[in-house]
Amino acid sequence: MTTTSPEEFAALELLHQKLEQAATAADLVDVAYRVIDSPLGKLLLAATPAGLVRVAFANENHDLVLEQLAAKLSPRVLRAPRQLDPAARELDEYFEGTRRAFDLPLDLSLSKGFRQLVQQHLPEIGYGQTRSYKEMAEMVGNPQAVRAVGTACATNPLPVVVPCHRVLRTDGSLGGYIGGLPAKTALLELEQSA
Amino acid sequence: MHSPFEAVVSQHGATVLRVCRSLLDTHDADDAWSETFLSAMRAYPKLPEASNVEAWLVTIARRKALDVHRAAKRNPLPIAELPDSPSELGVPGTSDAELWQHVARLPKKQRLSITLRYLAGMSYAEIAAVVGGTEAAARRSSADGLKKLRTHYQEATTKGASS
Repeated sequence: MTTTSPEEFAALELLHQKLEQAATAADLVDVAYRVIDSPLGKLLLAATPAGLVRVAFANENHDLVLEQLAAKLSPRVLRAPRQLDPAARELDEYFEGTRRAFDLPLDLSLSKGFRQLVQQHLPEIGYGQTRSYKEMAEMVGNPQAVRAVGTACATNPLPVVVPCHRVLRTDGSLGGYIGGLPAKTALLELEQSA
Repeated sequence: MHSPFEAVVSQHGATVLRVCRSLLDTHDADDAWSETFLSAMRAYPKLPEASNVEAWLVTIARRKALDVHRAAKRNPLPIAELPDSPSELGVPGTSDAELWQHVARLPKKQRLSITLRYLAGMSYAEIAAVVGGTEAAARRSSADGLKKLRTHYQEATTKGASS
């Protein structure tokens, strides 16, 4: 195979933009995605027509996450940055400290049952506040399910936007975080200082 | 399991563009590229797992190029052949662009055979399935086209796939 020339590369980028528009107009994009820069490194944002479906830190391996989305949702996955403009803007504002709550349609279809229930209730923990896994279990009406709450937080498909970083151990220690503990600390510090 | 469609576009976009450009002029080639990936995206979830994705895309691209040719016949362009003009493909000689302009001037069967062989890496049997005719005929078209290219284009060497 010959290598791609700079001219072809530029032409393909333009053609890709046209494809994004045409595929969107034809309702063919089942999963649109883009990658944004953030203080926590590159974040992958993915959305279905129903709403934002996935936020992934770089340590999750974005290529792998896209493979999973193709398998679980639909292989019609396309890089279509404009469809994620609102999410990218709100995340920018959040990291600048000017946004305290997200106002985006969310698609929680990657989670089922109790996990999804917990994730639905996570945004009730206000900006800058924290809850223990135990309190969270009580909040969803199942005080025995502390471990299951931990799992629900650990498998949150929409970290940052669905604030699982606001759930800590009863003794105040961090517990775990999908983006790594430094990311969890950074988010909590951001919300304390803003 | 299917890869994300984006991976298909990034892996095969350049090859499909070269196929379209060897069959059509630049503007029409862009349209054929877009049409190819749009209909590929529509059909992608139903593509059998073991398929050769590149051969599949090249087949669609060829069909789209024929559609454009047919449409052009109904709305004839004022000129049959483009006059010499400044290259739209960058500085000639710095890439393979000049070579592919020579390929674009070959007779249809030779042009298709060479494009599918050297851009898409298809076997002569696969090429015969796309172009029509026998495997031997596809091999001959490709060889005849190469011979002509060597005459017309001094620097034409056998880069890429081995023959």
